[in-house]
Amino acid sequence: MTNIMAKKKKGKPLINRQWCKGCGICVEFCPEDALALDEMEKANLAYPDKCNGCGMCELRCPDLAIELG
Amino acid sequence: MGRDLEKYLRPEVKSTPFCPGCGHGILMNLILRAIDDLQLRMDEMLFVSGIGCAAWIPSPNFNADTLHTLHGRAVAFATGAKMFNPKLKTMVISGDGDLASIGGNHLIHAARRNIDLTVICANNMIYGMTGGQVASTSPVGAITSTTTEGNIYRPFDLCKLVLGAGAPYVARYSVTQPVSLIEAIKKSLTIEGFTFVEVLSTCPTQFGRRNRYDSPTDMLTMLKESCISKQEAEQLTPEELQGKVITGEFSDGGA
Ligand code: SF4
Ligand code: SF4
Ligand code: SF4
Repeated sequence: MTNIMAKKKKGKPLINRQWCKGCGICVEFCPEDALALDEMEKANLAYPDKCNGCGMCELRCPDLAIELG
Repeated sequence: MGRDLEKYLRPEVKSTPFCPGCGHGILMNLILRAIDDLQLRMDEMLFVSGIGCAAWIPSPNFNADTLHTLHGRAVAFATGAKMFNPKLKTMVISGDGDLASIGGNHLIHAARRNIDLTVICANNMIYGMTGGQVASTSPVGAITSTTTEGNIYRPFDLCKLVLGAGAPYVARYSVTQPVSLIEAIKKSLTIEGFTFVEVLSTCPTQFGRRNRYDSPTDMLTMLKESCISKQEAEQLTPEELQGKVITGEFSDGGA
């Protein structure tokens, strides 16, 4: 998979549930609607097939809770 | 926390210190990514902050020397520290209220004297931590705890201010422009002399809930829509520029 944003990594987002505060920023701004908040109000890669690996969720998370694996 | 940023935080830090969805958290993330991209060594850096929510970005979280100082005096402390140990890469990270209102004089004179400091000003247009009072950066019409019918004064243009005082590198981006912001922070850390990056940030708790931005994402959307580039601004009339914030590099430090 190639993408201009993801310079180093091409994986999918891994979410650290301890650090996530459920603000919804990653969910709202994901260009592919791949993320959702689960019943515990934590971010979750609900639709992994939709994710294009752009890495924007990693850059937008205010809680350092997302990393592309 | 993402493993790639883990080494930049003290091991005892278990979460960010901010309200959910705070723009300052995004800035914290991007500063660490800029440092990571440049492969800077944390033991060769000093982070100085004043008082306010933004002052908690580096202190006590970053795994480096951090100096959490008096309200408004971060630049003065940083100047002293730099004189004592010029080898330390010294970065001031603080808010608009701290750097531009209470500490405005320190800011302009450090720029005028071209002290070798990087100053990152997180501008959320309000005093967040102290209770949501109006700041010198609040937009006209902003509802704050001390301007309940709307702010009547025009805000400071911080980039013009430090540019006028002679700073060699001056840029402004919003936390909704993470890629540009990382590049600007990297430049500010690389160019010698007084470098200044104004970061438009959001305070959903104190600003958002008073000004009808009901969620952190609403506030970020508002900020995203109000930001335009220098090139776009040149095409607009003064009326069309009302309510817009111009982002970009205003002085590139000769780079
Ligand atoms: S942006 Fe970060 S803190 Fe907010 S919901 Fe997504 S993972 Fe959680
Ligand atoms: S990497 Fe991009 S597409 Fe995938 S979840 Fe994050 S923002 Fe969405
Ligand atoms: S009060 Fe505002 S600036 Fe301070 S942590 Fe909360 S949202 Fe962020």
